[in-house]
Amino acid sequence: MALQSLDIARRSATTTSSPSVRQTTEIAKLIDVSACIGCKACQAACMEWNDIRDDVGWNFGIYDNPTNLSENSWTVMRFAEVEEAGRLEWLIRKDGCMHCADPGCLKSCPAPGAIVQYANGIVDFHEENCIGCGYCVTGCPFNVPRLSQKDGKAYKCTFCSDRVAVGQAPACVKACPTGALQYGTKEQMKDHAAKRVKDLNERGFKSAGLYDPPGVGGTHVMYVLHHADRPQLYSNLPADPGISPMVPLWKGIAKPLATATMALVGLAGLFHYVMKGPNEVSKETEKELEKEEAV
Amino acid sequence: MKLNRRQFFKICGAGMGGSSVTLMGFSPTPALAEVRTFKLARATETRNMCPYCSVGCGLLIYSTGDKSKNTKADIIHIEGDPDNPVNRGSLCPKGAGVLDMVKSPNRLKFPEVREAGSGEWKRVSWDEAFTRIAKHMKADRDANFVAQNKDGLTVNRWSSFGFLASSAAANEAGYLSHKVLRSLGVVGIDTQARI
Repeated sequence: MALQSLDIARRSATTTSSPSVRQTTEIAKLIDVSACIGCKACQAACMEWNDIRDDVGWNFGIYDNPTNLSENSWTVMRFAEVEEAGRLEWLIRKDGCMHCADPGCLKSCPAPGAIVQYANGIVDFHEENCIGCGYCVTGCPFNVPRLSQKDGKAYKCTFCSDRVAVGQAPACVKACPTGALQYGTKEQMKDHAAKRVKDLNERGFKSAGLYDPPGVGGTHVMYVLHHADRPQLYSNLPADPGISPMVPLWKGIAKPLATATMALVGLAGLFHYVMKGPNEVSKETEKELEKEEAV
Repeated sequence: MKLNRRQFFKICGAGMGGSSVTLMGFSPTPALAEVRTFKLARATETRNMCPYCSVGCGLLIYSTGDKSKNTKADIIHIEGDPDNPVNRGSLCPKGAGVLDMVKSPNRLKFPEVREAGSGEWKRVSWDEAFTRIAKHMKADRDANFVAQNKDGLTVNRWSSFGFLASSAAANEAGYLSHKVLRSLGVVGIDTQARI
């Protein structure tokens, strides 16, 4: 088995802990919304690198194209027109997987190894292990994974784990012509964001800030927002995302409880068999019953 | 298959026992997941320039194989050239998707000619195409070349002919285009950068 397996921090539906001695640098992607021009070079580069092509769709009179994430579009630009203090603001957000430190998809996934989290922070789907149940779609606080109509498996942004593994930046970040996308260590990205926030503050965006929601343990894809106090302005970016309480209820409490109940029933059955034995029906009783039925 | 009541219960019991044991973690674990392999690991890297606009971004073109004798190279990926001072690795959406232009089914792959008065495009070889262009150029230049203007001043001007050069050419290629065309007396040189 490849040594890369040592760099896996967490696997879905696995109770044993992953090898954790080797520590790799925590990486992150920063999306500076204030520097984005919505050109969609990231979308094109993503499809090119990952060998995915979405179907030619329809024009709905808006810039969003395609209008939503799909199994073939792992990142899309969302364009929101917002009136702020009598001024029209065009808020463009690159949507896609946030690579949460505490991923709801991984926690809700019942297929062993279908979702893994690498030590560098990337949350990756391994479709060969995916059973297509769609729990990751429900478990994601950002509504990112999409089930394929073709093979029934779930797909989303991989953070170009194959590029990052060999020391390259993700395809979207490399393509970005305005520098709105940045890639580096989580620390570097926070430093860069701090500089951008300071600049935006000086330009009159008093509530500018970094979007790194603590509800999911922080994310490895972070935003610099002009209105960090109201992230919902950016095409409904959740203000305080968190994993649905149903996930820990089912996976944390209900699952072991049900397992224990099943084991107990089995055990009780065994004891019953040992102590009472099978409920034998004598030949005479059977004959009597048959006679009664015949009558 | 015929089952009596007792056999049915036996199968149910065994099934439930088996699934319970599996749930309790006694199932064989599948192989550990590893990251996808890097698809360019041994691909051939070629430097080139984006054919679209006048910015002239540098490209890295990756093709299959190592150019060995029996291998036909095929372009599998194109991304920005980080060493090119124009774009430093970045690309616009058109440039980032240039692979699909390379692979486009609508792409013209050979020279074609439409004779005057004909509605049909006819495929010709590169040699035929170059010869034909050269003949047309020579005929037009012979007919319309102006060596001297009406005041007797030497101008060496060929104003009835225009040339569409590439705006994506770097300085060296631009210098060569200029030298060749000006030496013929061509006045009208343009590029798609005007678009």
